[in-house]
Amino acid sequence: MPIDAPRDLPTDLDALFASWRRWMQRHDAVNAADLAELESHLSDAVDHFVAVGLAPDEAFLVAVKRLGATDELSREYAREHSERLWKQLALTGDGAADDAEQEDAGRPLAFHRRANGLAVALGLGAGAGLAVKAVNLATDDPSQVVLNSAVIVLPFLALWFAWRRRPSLGMLAIVGAVFLGTGLALNLYPFAVPQPAVGTEIAGIAAATEIIAMLGSFVALWLTVGLAYAGDGWRDERTRMDFIRFSGEWFVYYLLIALGGGALSALTVAVFSSIGVDVAQFVGEWVLPLGAAGAVLVAAWLVGAKQRVIENIAPVLTKVFTPLFTLMLLALVVAAIMQWNLVDVSRDLLIAFDLVLVVVVGLLVYSISARDPLLAPGWYDRLQALMLASALVLDAIVLVAMIGRTGEFGFSANKTASLGVNLILLVNLAWALRLQLGFLRRRTGFAALERWQTAMLPVYFAWAAILVVVFPPVFDFA
Amino acid sequence: MRIGKDLVAAAATPVVLGILAEGESYGYAILQRITALSDGELEWSDGMLYPLLHRLERLGHVHSEWRQADSGRPRKQYRLSEQGAAVLAEQRRQWSVVGDVLSKVWPDDGGPRLRLALGEA
Repeated sequence: MPIDAPRDLPTDLDALFASWRRWMQRHDAVNAADLAELESHLSDAVDHFVAVGLAPDEAFLVAVKRLGATDELSREYAREHSERLWKQLALTGDGAADDAEQEDAGRPLAFHRRANGLAVALGLGAGAGLAVKAVNLATDDPSQVVLNSAVIVLPFLALWFAWRRRPSLGMLAIVGAVFLGTGLALNLYPFAVPQPAVGTEIAGIAAATEIIAMLGSFVALWLTVGLAYAGDGWRDERTRMDFIRFSGEWFVYYLLIALGGGALSALTVAVFSSIGVDVAQFVGEWVLPLGAAGAVLVAAWLVGAKQRVIENIAPVLTKVFTPLFTLMLLALVVAAIMQWNLVDVSRDLLIAFDLVLVVVVGLLVYSISARDPLLAPGWYDRLQALMLASALVLDAIVLVAMIGRTGEFGFSANKTASLGVNLILLVNLAWALRLQLGFLRRRTGFAALERWQTAMLPVYFAWAAILVVVFPPVFDFA
Repeated sequence: MRIGKDLVAAAATPVVLGILAEGESYGYAILQRITALSDGELEWSDGMLYPLLHRLERLGHVHSEWRQADSGRPRKQYRLSEQGAAVLAEQRRQWSVVGDVLSKVWPDDGGPRLRLALGEA
Protein backbone atom coordinates (compact mmCIF):
# COMPACT_ATOMS: atom_id res chain seq x y z
CA MET A 1 0.00 0.00 0.00
CA PRO A 2 1.71 3.13 -1.18
CA ILE A 3 0.06 5.30 1.46
CA ASP A 4 1.54 3.25 4.28
CA ALA A 5 4.96 3.13 2.78
CA PRO A 6 6.42 6.43 4.03
CA ARG A 7 5.43 5.49 7.57
CA ASP A 8 6.82 1.97 7.42
CA LEU A 9 10.10 2.69 5.77
CA PRO A 10 11.72 4.81 8.48
CA THR A 11 10.97 2.00 10.92
CA ASP A 12 12.67 -0.46 8.60
CA LEU A 13 15.56 1.90 8.38
CA ASP A 14 15.73 2.15 12.16
CA ALA A 15 15.86 -1.63 12.37
CA LEU A 16 18.63 -1.71 9.78
CA PHE A 17 20.58 0.92 11.68
CA ALA A 18 20.08 -0.99 14.92
CA SER A 19 21.38 -4.24 13.46
CA TRP A 20 24.33 -2.44 11.86
CA ARG A 21 25.13 -0.86 15.24
CA ARG A 22 25.00 -4.25 16.97
CA TRP A 23 27.34 -5.68 14.36
CA MET A 24 29.82 -2.83 14.70
CA GLN A 25 29.76 -2.99 18.50
CA ARG A 26 31.39 -6.40 18.31
CA HIS A 27 34.58 -4.72 17.17
CA ASP A 28 36.65 -3.67 20.15
CA ALA A 29 38.56 -1.02 18.26
CA VAL A 30 35.45 1.04 17.56
CA ASN A 31 34.09 2.78 20.65
CA ALA A 32 30.74 4.44 21.27
CA ALA A 33 31.85 7.89 20.07
CA ASP A 34 33.28 6.46 16.84
CA LEU A 35 30.08 4.56 16.29
CA ALA A 36 28.01 7.71 16.75
CA GLU A 37 30.24 9.48 14.24
CA LEU A 38 29.99 6.67 11.71
CA GLU A 39 26.24 6.48 12.22
CA SER A 40 25.88 10.20 11.60
CA HIS A 41 27.88 9.70 8.41
CA LEU A 42 25.64 6.81 7.41
CA SER A 43 22.48 8.88 7.96
CA ASP A 44 23.87 11.67 5.79
CA ALA A 45 24.76 9.21 3.06
CA VAL A 46 21.33 7.55 3.20
CA ASP A 47 19.63 10.95 2.96
CA HIS A 48 21.78 11.74 -0.04
CA PHE A 49 20.98 8.50 -1.87
CA VAL A 50 17.26 8.78 -1.06
CA ALA A 51 17.31 12.30 -2.47
CA VAL A 52 18.71 10.99 -5.77
CA GLY A 53 15.94 8.42 -5.97
CA LEU A 54 16.92 5.19 -4.21
CA ALA A 55 14.54 3.40 -1.89
CA PRO A 56 15.61 3.83 1.76
CA ASP A 57 16.74 0.24 2.24
CA GLU A 58 18.70 0.32 -1.00
CA ALA A 59 20.21 3.62 0.05
CA PHE A 60 21.22 2.03 3.34
CA LEU A 61 22.91 -0.90 1.63
CA VAL A 62 24.86 1.37 -0.70
CA ALA A 63 25.87 3.63 2.18
CA VAL A 64 27.10 0.71 4.29
CA LYS A 65 28.98 -0.72 1.33
CA ARG A 66 30.69 2.59 0.72
CA LEU A 67 31.75 2.78 4.34
CA GLY A 68 34.16 -0.05 3.54
CA ALA A 69 34.67 -3.63 4.67
CA THR A 70 34.08 -3.80 8.42
CA ASP A 71 37.23 -5.77 9.13
CA GLU A 72 39.45 -3.37 7.26
CA LEU A 73 37.76 -0.45 8.93
CA SER A 74 38.13 -1.98 12.35
CA ARG A 75 41.79 -2.69 11.65
CA GLU A 76 42.32 0.92 10.66
CA TYR A 77 40.67 2.10 13.89
CA ALA A 78 42.78 -0.37 15.84
CA ARG A 79 45.94 1.00 14.29
CA GLU A 80 45.04 4.54 15.30
CA HIS A 81 43.65 3.63 18.73
CA SER A 82 46.15 1.05 19.87
CA GLU A 83 45.40 1.98 23.48
CA ARG A 84 42.00 0.31 23.15
CA LEU A 85 43.29 -2.92 21.81
CA TRP A 86 46.87 -3.02 22.81
CA LYS A 87 46.61 -6.35 24.56
CA GLN A 88 45.94 -8.27 21.36
CA LEU A 89 48.31 -6.21 19.30
CA ALA A 90 50.79 -6.12 22.09
CA LEU A 91 51.08 -9.67 23.13
CA THR A 92 51.34 -11.29 19.81
CA GLY A 93 51.40 -9.10 16.85
CA ASP A 94 48.52 -10.86 15.24
CA GLY A 95 48.88 -14.29 16.74
CA ALA A 96 46.77 -13.89 19.88
CA ALA A 97 43.66 -12.88 18.05
CA ASP A 98 44.15 -15.87 15.77
CA ASP A 99 44.60 -18.13 18.74
CA ALA A 100 41.44 -16.86 20.35
CA GLU A 101 39.55 -17.38 17.11
CA GLN A 102 40.90 -20.87 16.76
CA GLU A 103 39.90 -21.63 20.31
CA ASP A 104 36.44 -20.26 19.67
CA ALA A 105 36.08 -22.28 16.54
CA GLY A 106 36.68 -25.41 18.57
CA ARG A 107 39.75 -26.38 16.61
CA PRO A 108 42.38 -27.99 18.80
CA LEU A 109 45.20 -25.67 19.75
CA ALA A 110 48.69 -26.79 20.65
CA PHE A 111 48.82 -27.26 24.42
CA HIS A 112 51.36 -24.54 25.09
CA ARG A 113 49.33 -21.95 23.17
CA ARG A 114 46.11 -22.51 25.10
CA ALA A 115 44.78 -19.88 27.51
CA ASN A 116 47.12 -17.25 26.15
CA GLY A 117 50.20 -19.34 26.82
CA LEU A 118 49.50 -19.95 30.52
CA ALA A 119 51.54 -23.15 30.51
CA VAL A 120 54.58 -21.33 29.12
CA ALA A 121 54.16 -18.48 31.61
CA LEU A 122 53.93 -20.93 34.52
CA GLY A 123 56.93 -22.86 33.23
CA LEU A 124 59.03 -19.72 32.93
CA GLY A 125 57.78 -18.56 36.34
CA ALA A 126 58.87 -21.83 37.90
CA GLY A 127 62.18 -21.46 36.09
CA ALA A 128 62.68 -17.99 37.53
CA GLY A 129 61.84 -19.22 41.04
CA LEU A 130 64.19 -22.18 40.78
CA ALA A 131 66.96 -19.98 39.40
CA VAL A 132 66.65 -17.72 42.42
CA LYS A 133 66.70 -20.74 44.72
CA ALA A 134 69.67 -22.27 42.89
CA VAL A 135 71.74 -19.11 43.26
CA ASN A 136 70.73 -18.97 46.91
CA LEU A 137 71.85 -22.54 47.54
CA ALA A 138 75.02 -22.19 45.47
CA THR A 139 76.27 -19.01 47.15
CA ASP A 140 74.62 -19.49 50.54
CA ASP A 141 74.49 -15.72 50.76
CA PRO A 142 71.10 -13.96 50.62
CA SER A 143 72.72 -10.64 49.74
CA GLN A 144 74.01 -12.17 46.48
CA VAL A 145 70.44 -13.12 45.56
CA VAL A 146 69.14 -9.63 46.27
CA LEU A 147 72.00 -8.02 44.36
CA ASN A 148 71.42 -10.23 41.34
CA SER A 149 67.62 -10.45 41.52
CA ALA A 150 67.06 -8.50 38.30
CA VAL A 151 69.77 -10.43 36.48
CA ILE A 152 68.28 -13.74 37.61
CA VAL A 153 64.54 -13.12 37.19
CA LEU A 154 64.12 -10.67 34.32
CA PRO A 155 65.71 -12.92 31.64
CA PHE A 156 62.68 -15.17 32.08
CA LEU A 157 60.39 -12.25 31.39
CA ALA A 158 62.49 -11.42 28.33
CA LEU A 159 62.13 -15.05 27.24
CA TRP A 160 58.38 -14.78 27.65
CA PHE A 161 58.31 -11.83 25.26
CA ALA A 162 60.76 -13.56 22.96
CA TRP A 163 58.19 -16.33 22.71
CA ARG A 164 55.08 -14.13 22.55
CA ARG A 165 56.32 -11.39 20.27
CA ARG A 166 59.11 -12.99 18.25
CA PRO A 167 61.62 -10.15 18.12
CA SER A 168 64.41 -10.51 15.56
CA LEU A 169 67.48 -12.53 16.47
CA GLY A 170 69.64 -9.42 16.37
CA MET A 171 67.43 -7.78 18.99
CA LEU A 172 67.55 -10.89 21.15
CA ALA A 173 71.33 -10.89 20.93
CA ILE A 174 71.41 -7.28 22.13
CA VAL A 175 69.05 -8.09 25.00
CA GLY A 176 71.17 -11.08 25.97
CA ALA A 177 74.34 -9.02 25.81
CA VAL A 178 72.91 -6.36 28.14
CA PHE A 179 71.89 -9.01 30.65
CA LEU A 180 75.29 -10.63 30.46
CA GLY A 181 77.14 -7.32 30.82
CA THR A 182 75.04 -6.30 33.82
CA GLY A 183 75.57 -9.66 35.47
CA LEU A 184 79.32 -9.46 34.95
CA ALA A 185 79.53 -5.90 36.28
CA LEU A 186 77.51 -6.70 39.39
CA ASN A 187 79.50 -9.81 40.24
CA LEU A 188 83.05 -9.12 39.08
CA TYR A 189 83.44 -5.62 40.53
CA PRO A 190 85.29 -5.90 43.86
CA PHE A 191 82.78 -4.00 45.98
CA ALA A 192 84.14 -2.94 49.36
CA VAL A 193 82.83 -4.68 52.44
CA PRO A 194 82.65 -1.94 55.06
CA GLN A 195 82.15 -2.61 58.72
CA PRO A 196 78.57 -3.44 59.51
CA ALA A 197 76.36 -0.79 61.07
CA VAL A 198 78.11 1.96 59.14
CA GLY A 199 75.78 3.85 56.83
CA THR A 200 72.75 2.42 55.09
CA GLU A 201 72.49 -1.27 54.49
CA ILE A 202 70.05 -3.17 52.30
CA ALA A 203 69.78 -6.93 52.79
CA GLY A 204 73.40 -7.24 53.78
CA ILE A 205 74.72 -5.04 50.99
CA ALA A 206 76.61 -2.22 52.59
CA ALA A 207 78.73 -0.57 49.88
CA ALA A 208 76.92 2.50 48.56
CA THR A 209 78.07 1.90 44.99
CA GLU A 210 76.81 -1.66 45.21
CA ILE A 211 73.33 -0.55 46.26
CA ILE A 212 73.32 2.07 43.53
CA ALA A 213 74.45 -0.46 40.94
CA MET A 214 71.71 -2.84 42.05
CA LEU A 215 69.00 -0.18 41.72
CA GLY A 216 70.44 0.82 38.35
CA SER A 217 70.32 -2.79 37.21
CA PHE A 218 66.59 -2.97 38.00
CA VAL A 219 65.83 0.03 35.78
CA ALA A 220 68.25 -0.86 33.00
CA LEU A 221 67.14 -4.48 32.78
CA TRP A 222 63.46 -3.65 32.94
CA LEU A 223 63.93 -1.35 29.96
CA THR A 224 65.94 -4.12 28.29
CA VAL A 225 62.93 -6.38 28.71
CA GLY A 226 61.12 -3.56 26.92
CA LEU A 227 63.48 -4.08 24.00
CA ALA A 228 62.46 -7.73 23.83
CA TYR A 229 58.85 -6.56 23.99
CA ALA A 230 59.16 -3.97 21.26
CA GLY A 231 61.52 -5.88 18.98
CA ASP A 232 62.51 -3.85 15.97
CA GLY A 233 59.67 -1.43 16.65
CA TRP A 234 61.50 0.00 19.67
CA ARG A 235 61.92 3.39 18.00
CA ASP A 236 58.19 3.69 17.53
CA GLU A 237 56.63 5.88 20.21
CA ARG A 238 53.38 3.94 20.23
CA THR A 239 55.15 0.65 20.86
CA ARG A 240 57.06 2.30 23.68
CA MET A 241 53.79 3.61 25.08
CA ASP A 242 52.39 0.09 24.94
CA PHE A 243 55.35 -1.12 26.98
CA ILE A 244 54.79 1.66 29.52
CA ARG A 245 51.17 0.57 29.71
CA PHE A 246 52.30 -2.98 30.21
CA SER A 247 54.66 -1.88 32.99
CA GLY A 248 51.93 0.04 34.81
CA GLU A 249 49.44 -2.79 34.69
CA TRP A 250 52.10 -5.34 35.55
CA PHE A 251 52.98 -3.31 38.62
CA VAL A 252 49.35 -3.25 39.77
CA TYR A 253 48.98 -6.99 39.28
CA TYR A 254 52.27 -7.73 40.99
CA LEU A 255 51.27 -5.64 43.97
CA LEU A 256 47.92 -7.44 44.22
CA ILE A 257 49.60 -10.85 44.03
CA ALA A 258 52.22 -9.81 46.60
CA LEU A 259 49.56 -8.58 49.03
CA GLY A 260 47.45 -11.69 48.59
CA GLY A 261 50.45 -14.00 48.78
CA GLY A 262 51.80 -12.24 51.85
CA ALA A 263 48.48 -12.48 53.67
CA LEU A 264 48.13 -16.14 52.75
CA SER A 265 51.66 -16.96 53.91
CA ALA A 266 51.15 -15.14 57.21
CA LEU A 267 47.89 -17.00 57.75
CA THR A 268 49.55 -20.33 56.96
CA VAL A 269 52.38 -19.70 59.40
CA ALA A 270 49.89 -18.66 62.08
CA VAL A 271 47.62 -21.65 61.59
CA PHE A 272 50.47 -24.16 61.61
CA SER A 273 52.09 -22.63 64.66
CA SER A 274 48.76 -22.94 66.49
CA ILE A 275 48.97 -26.71 66.03
CA GLY A 276 52.59 -26.73 67.03
CA VAL A 277 54.28 -26.98 63.62
CA ASP A 278 56.76 -24.25 62.68
CA VAL A 279 56.61 -23.60 58.93
CA ALA A 280 58.03 -20.07 59.09
CA GLN A 281 61.42 -21.28 57.91
CA PHE A 282 59.95 -23.24 55.01
CA VAL A 283 57.85 -20.24 53.97
CA GLY A 284 60.81 -17.90 54.23
CA GLU A 285 63.26 -20.16 52.42
CA TRP A 286 61.10 -21.67 49.71
CA VAL A 287 57.68 -20.07 49.30
CA LEU A 288 58.87 -16.46 49.43
CA PRO A 289 61.71 -16.60 46.86
CA LEU A 290 59.88 -18.96 44.51
CA GLY A 291 56.65 -16.99 44.80
CA ALA A 292 58.22 -13.56 44.41
CA ALA A 293 60.10 -14.61 41.27
CA GLY A 294 57.25 -16.64 39.78
CA ALA A 295 54.75 -13.84 40.33
CA VAL A 296 56.76 -11.67 37.91
CA LEU A 297 55.77 -14.00 35.10
CA VAL A 298 52.25 -14.65 36.33
CA ALA A 299 51.60 -10.89 36.53
CA ALA A 300 52.94 -10.51 32.98
CA TRP A 301 50.61 -13.25 31.79
CA LEU A 302 47.66 -11.69 33.64
CA VAL A 303 48.26 -8.32 31.96
CA GLY A 304 47.70 -9.97 28.60
CA ALA A 305 45.03 -12.48 29.48
CA LYS A 306 42.82 -10.59 31.89
CA GLN A 307 43.22 -7.19 30.35
CA ARG A 308 39.71 -5.91 30.84
CA VAL A 309 39.85 -6.06 34.61
CA ILE A 310 42.68 -3.57 34.74
CA GLU A 311 41.56 -1.49 31.80
CA ASN A 312 38.73 -0.26 33.98
CA ILE A 313 40.90 0.23 37.04
CA ALA A 314 43.82 2.17 35.55
CA PRO A 315 41.96 5.43 34.81
CA VAL A 316 40.28 5.26 38.22
CA LEU A 317 43.59 4.73 40.01
CA THR A 318 45.19 7.72 38.31
CA LYS A 319 42.13 9.88 39.05
CA VAL A 320 42.26 8.90 42.72
CA PHE A 321 45.99 9.32 43.24
CA THR A 322 46.71 12.42 41.19
CA PRO A 323 44.66 14.75 43.46
CA LEU A 324 46.11 13.14 46.57
CA PHE A 325 49.63 13.50 45.27
CA THR A 326 49.05 17.08 44.24
CA LEU A 327 47.92 17.88 47.78
CA MET A 328 50.94 16.15 49.23
CA LEU A 329 53.31 17.98 46.90
CA LEU A 330 51.78 21.35 47.76
CA ALA A 331 52.16 20.55 51.44
CA LEU A 332 55.76 19.51 50.88
CA VAL A 333 56.52 22.72 49.00
CA VAL A 334 55.10 24.77 51.86
CA ALA A 335 57.03 22.75 54.43
CA ALA A 336 60.26 23.01 52.46
CA ILE A 337 59.92 26.77 52.15
CA MET A 338 59.15 27.20 55.85
CA GLN A 339 62.17 25.13 56.92
CA TRP A 340 64.64 26.62 54.51
CA ASN A 341 67.58 24.61 55.79
CA LEU A 342 67.45 21.48 53.71
CA VAL A 343 71.24 21.51 53.39
CA ASP A 344 71.53 20.46 56.99
CA VAL A 345 68.85 17.81 56.97
CA SER A 346 69.83 14.24 56.60
CA ARG A 347 70.61 12.61 53.30
CA ASP A 348 67.70 10.21 53.79
CA LEU A 349 65.27 13.07 53.47
CA LEU A 350 66.72 14.16 50.15
CA ILE A 351 66.50 10.61 48.88
CA ALA A 352 62.89 10.50 50.07
CA PHE A 353 62.18 13.68 48.09
CA ASP A 354 63.81 12.09 45.07
CA LEU A 355 61.53 9.11 45.47
CA VAL A 356 58.49 11.36 45.62
CA LEU A 357 59.53 12.92 42.33
CA VAL A 358 60.05 9.52 40.75
CA VAL A 359 56.54 8.57 41.82
CA VAL A 360 55.17 11.81 40.35
CA VAL A 361 56.75 11.07 37.00
CA GLY A 362 55.49 7.49 37.23
CA LEU A 363 51.99 8.71 37.96
CA LEU A 364 52.18 11.19 35.08
CA VAL A 365 53.36 8.57 32.61
CA TYR A 366 50.76 6.10 33.84
CA SER A 367 47.94 8.64 33.45
CA ILE A 368 49.14 9.54 29.98
CA SER A 369 49.18 5.89 29.03
CA ALA A 370 45.70 5.30 30.44
CA ARG A 371 44.12 8.38 28.88
CA ASP A 372 42.07 8.47 25.72
CA PRO A 373 44.19 10.77 23.52
CA LEU A 374 41.12 12.22 21.80
CA LEU A 375 39.45 13.59 24.92
CA ALA A 376 39.47 17.38 25.12
CA PRO A 377 41.51 18.79 28.02
CA GLY A 378 39.44 18.93 31.21
CA TRP A 379 39.69 19.50 34.97
CA TYR A 380 41.90 16.48 35.38
CA ASP A 381 44.50 17.81 32.94
CA ARG A 382 44.51 21.15 34.77
CA LEU A 383 45.04 19.31 38.03
CA GLN A 384 47.89 17.43 36.42
CA ALA A 385 49.46 20.72 35.37
CA LEU A 386 49.23 21.86 39.00
CA MET A 387 50.86 18.61 40.12
CA LEU A 388 53.66 19.12 37.61
CA ALA A 389 54.18 22.73 38.65
CA SER A 390 54.43 21.87 42.36
CA ALA A 391 56.71 18.94 41.60
CA LEU A 392 58.90 21.26 39.58
CA VAL A 393 59.18 23.73 42.46
CA LEU A 394 59.97 20.88 44.81
CA ASP A 395 62.57 19.50 42.46
CA ALA A 396 64.25 22.88 42.20
CA ILE A 397 64.35 23.13 46.01
CA VAL A 398 65.82 19.66 46.35
CA LEU A 399 68.36 20.42 43.65
CA VAL A 400 69.51 23.58 45.43
CA ALA A 401 69.77 21.67 48.69
CA MET A 402 71.75 18.90 47.03
CA ILE A 403 74.17 21.25 45.36
CA GLY A 404 74.58 22.89 48.76
CA ARG A 405 75.38 19.55 50.33
CA THR A 406 77.79 18.64 47.60
CA GLY A 407 79.50 22.00 48.01
CA GLU A 408 79.86 21.35 51.70
CA PHE A 409 80.75 17.67 51.79
CA GLY A 410 82.06 16.95 48.28
CA PHE A 411 80.84 14.41 45.73
CA SER A 412 79.93 10.99 47.01
CA ALA A 413 78.42 8.18 44.97
CA ASN A 414 75.03 8.63 46.61
CA LYS A 415 74.90 12.36 46.07
CA THR A 416 76.08 12.20 42.48
CA ALA A 417 73.60 9.46 41.64
CA SER A 418 70.66 11.35 43.15
CA LEU A 419 71.88 14.57 41.57
CA GLY A 420 71.78 12.93 38.15
CA VAL A 421 68.32 11.50 38.76
CA ASN A 422 67.23 14.93 39.91
CA LEU A 423 68.52 16.71 36.84
CA ILE A 424 66.84 14.21 34.53
CA LEU A 425 63.57 14.60 36.42
CA LEU A 426 63.89 18.40 36.39
CA VAL A 427 64.28 18.46 32.62
CA ASN A 428 61.46 15.97 32.21
CA LEU A 429 59.07 17.85 34.52
CA ALA A 430 59.86 21.27 33.06
CA TRP A 431 59.26 20.22 29.48
CA ALA A 432 56.25 18.09 30.45
CA LEU A 433 54.72 21.13 32.16
CA ARG A 434 55.31 23.25 29.06
CA LEU A 435 53.65 20.63 26.88
CA GLN A 436 50.81 20.20 29.35
CA LEU A 437 50.11 23.94 29.31
CA GLY A 438 50.27 23.92 25.52
CA PHE A 439 47.79 21.06 25.51
CA LEU A 440 45.47 22.89 27.91
CA ARG A 441 45.52 25.92 25.63
CA ARG A 442 45.06 23.52 22.71
CA ARG A 443 48.31 24.58 21.08
CA THR A 444 49.66 21.07 20.80
CA GLY A 445 48.02 17.69 20.49
CA PHE A 446 48.13 15.00 23.10
CA ALA A 447 50.62 13.14 20.93
CA ALA A 448 53.34 15.63 21.89
CA LEU A 449 52.96 14.64 25.57
CA GLU A 450 53.18 10.96 24.71
CA ARG A 451 56.17 11.51 22.47
CA TRP A 452 58.08 13.40 25.16
CA GLN A 453 57.58 10.74 27.82
CA THR A 454 58.50 7.90 25.49
CA ALA A 455 61.58 9.85 24.35
CA MET A 456 62.79 9.88 27.97
CA LEU A 457 63.05 6.09 28.16
CA PRO A 458 66.52 5.88 26.52
CA VAL A 459 67.71 8.64 28.87
CA TYR A 460 66.62 6.59 31.90
CA PHE A 461 68.34 3.58 30.42
CA ALA A 462 71.57 5.52 29.83
CA TRP A 463 71.69 6.86 33.39
CA ALA A 464 70.88 3.45 34.88
CA ALA A 465 73.63 1.87 32.78
CA ILE A 466 76.09 4.51 33.97
CA LEU A 467 75.09 3.75 37.58
CA VAL A 468 75.83 0.07 37.04
CA VAL A 469 78.97 0.24 34.94
CA VAL A 470 80.70 3.56 35.52
CA PHE A 471 79.89 4.48 39.11
CA PRO A 472 81.55 1.62 41.02
CA PRO A 473 85.06 2.12 39.53
CA VAL A 474 84.81 5.92 39.67
CA PHE A 475 83.90 5.86 43.36
CA ASP A 476 86.40 3.13 44.28
CA PHE A 477 83.72 0.50 44.91
CA ALA A 478 83.02 2.21 48.23
CA MET B 1 41.33 5.83 -14.00
CA ARG B 2 41.71 5.02 -10.34
CA ILE B 3 44.53 6.54 -8.37
CA GLY B 4 46.76 3.96 -6.68
CA LYS B 5 46.41 3.14 -3.00
CA ASP B 6 49.79 4.50 -1.89
CA LEU B 7 49.28 7.78 -3.65
CA VAL B 8 45.82 8.18 -2.13
CA ALA B 9 47.27 7.47 1.32
CA ALA B 10 50.03 10.03 0.80
CA ALA B 11 47.64 12.68 -0.48
CA ALA B 12 44.96 12.13 2.17
CA THR B 13 46.48 14.27 4.92
CA PRO B 14 47.22 17.39 2.85
CA VAL B 15 43.85 17.13 1.08
CA VAL B 16 41.89 16.85 4.33
CA LEU B 17 43.88 19.63 6.00
CA GLY B 18 43.38 21.78 2.90
CA ILE B 19 39.63 21.25 2.95
CA LEU B 20 39.50 22.10 6.66
CA ALA B 21 41.50 25.26 5.88
CA GLU B 22 38.47 26.41 3.88
CA GLY B 23 36.47 26.26 7.09
CA GLU B 24 35.04 23.95 9.72
CA SER B 25 33.52 20.77 8.36
CA TYR B 26 32.42 17.21 9.20
CA GLY B 27 33.23 13.79 7.81
CA TYR B 28 30.52 13.36 5.22
CA ALA B 29 30.92 16.90 3.87
CA ILE B 30 34.70 16.44 3.62
CA LEU B 31 34.23 13.30 1.53
CA GLN B 32 31.67 15.06 -0.70
CA ARG B 33 34.13 17.88 -1.21
CA ILE B 34 36.94 15.48 -2.12
CA THR B 35 34.69 13.74 -4.64
CA ALA B 36 33.64 17.07 -6.14
CA LEU B 37 37.20 18.41 -6.33
CA SER B 38 38.64 15.28 -7.94
CA ASP B 39 35.64 14.40 -10.16
CA GLY B 40 35.38 11.18 -8.21
CA GLU B 41 38.88 10.00 -9.10
CA LEU B 42 40.40 10.43 -5.66
CA GLU B 43 38.35 8.01 -3.64
CA TRP B 44 38.65 5.60 -0.76
CA SER B 45 36.24 3.74 1.50
CA ASP B 46 34.20 6.37 3.30
CA GLY B 47 34.90 4.93 6.74
CA MET B 48 38.68 5.24 6.38
CA LEU B 49 38.44 9.02 6.69
CA TYR B 50 37.57 8.81 10.39
CA PRO B 51 40.67 7.06 11.73
CA LEU B 52 42.67 9.60 9.71
CA LEU B 53 40.76 12.50 11.31
CA HIS B 54 41.36 10.97 14.73
CA ARG B 55 45.07 10.72 14.05
CA LEU B 56 45.20 14.36 12.97
CA GLU B 57 43.35 15.27 16.15
CA ARG B 58 45.71 13.31 18.36
CA LEU B 59 48.65 15.06 16.72
CA GLY B 60 46.93 18.39 17.42
CA HIS B 61 46.49 19.37 13.75
CA VAL B 62 42.70 19.59 14.10
CA HIS B 63 40.23 20.08 16.93
CA SER B 64 36.79 18.54 17.07
CA GLU B 65 33.47 19.23 18.72
CA TRP B 66 30.09 17.53 18.74
CA ARG B 67 27.33 19.85 17.53
CA GLN B 68 23.68 19.56 16.68
CA ALA B 69 23.15 19.74 12.93
CA ASP B 70 20.15 21.50 11.37
CA SER B 71 18.55 18.10 10.90
CA GLY B 72 18.71 17.60 14.67
CA ARG B 73 21.38 14.92 14.33
CA PRO B 74 24.56 15.21 16.38
CA ARG B 75 27.60 15.76 14.22
CA LYS B 76 31.30 15.82 14.97
CA GLN B 77 32.72 19.01 13.48
CA TYR B 78 36.41 19.37 12.77
CA ARG B 79 38.43 22.55 12.41
CA LEU B 80 42.06 23.29 11.66
CA SER B 81 44.31 24.29 14.57
CA GLU B 82 47.16 26.79 14.34
CA GLN B 83 49.59 23.92 14.35
CA GLY B 84 47.57 22.22 11.60
CA ALA B 85 47.80 25.35 9.48
CA ALA B 86 51.57 25.33 9.88
CA VAL B 87 51.71 21.64 8.94
CA LEU B 88 49.56 22.32 5.91
CA ALA B 89 51.88 25.13 4.77
CA GLU B 90 54.87 22.81 5.17
CA GLN B 91 53.17 19.99 3.26
CA ARG B 92 52.23 22.42 0.54
CA ARG B 93 55.87 23.41 0.09
CA GLN B 94 56.87 19.76 -0.15
CA TRP B 95 54.16 18.88 -2.64
CA SER B 96 54.95 21.84 -4.84
CA VAL B 97 58.57 20.67 -5.03
CA VAL B 98 57.37 17.22 -6.09
CA GLY B 99 54.98 18.82 -8.57
CA ASP B 100 57.76 20.96 -10.06
CA VAL B 101 60.06 17.97 -10.47
CA LEU B 102 57.33 15.93 -12.12
CA SER B 103 56.40 18.69 -14.53
CA LYS B 104 60.07 18.98 -15.51
CA VAL B 105 60.67 15.28 -16.13
CA TRP B 106 57.33 14.99 -17.94
CA PRO B 107 57.49 17.73 -20.57
CA ASP B 108 54.18 19.31 -21.43
CA ASP B 109 53.58 17.46 -24.69
CA GLY B 110 50.51 15.60 -23.58
CA GLY B 111 52.21 12.35 -22.55
CA PRO B 112 53.15 9.19 -24.43
CA ARG B 113 49.69 8.38 -25.73
CA LEU B 114 49.24 11.75 -27.42
CA ARG B 115 52.69 11.58 -28.97
CA LEU B 116 51.91 8.14 -30.35
CA ALA B 117 48.65 9.39 -31.80
CA LEU B 118 50.40 12.36 -33.42
CA GLY B 119 53.10 10.09 -34.85
CA GLU B 120 50.51 7.89 -36.49
CA ALA B 121 48.67 10.85 -37.94
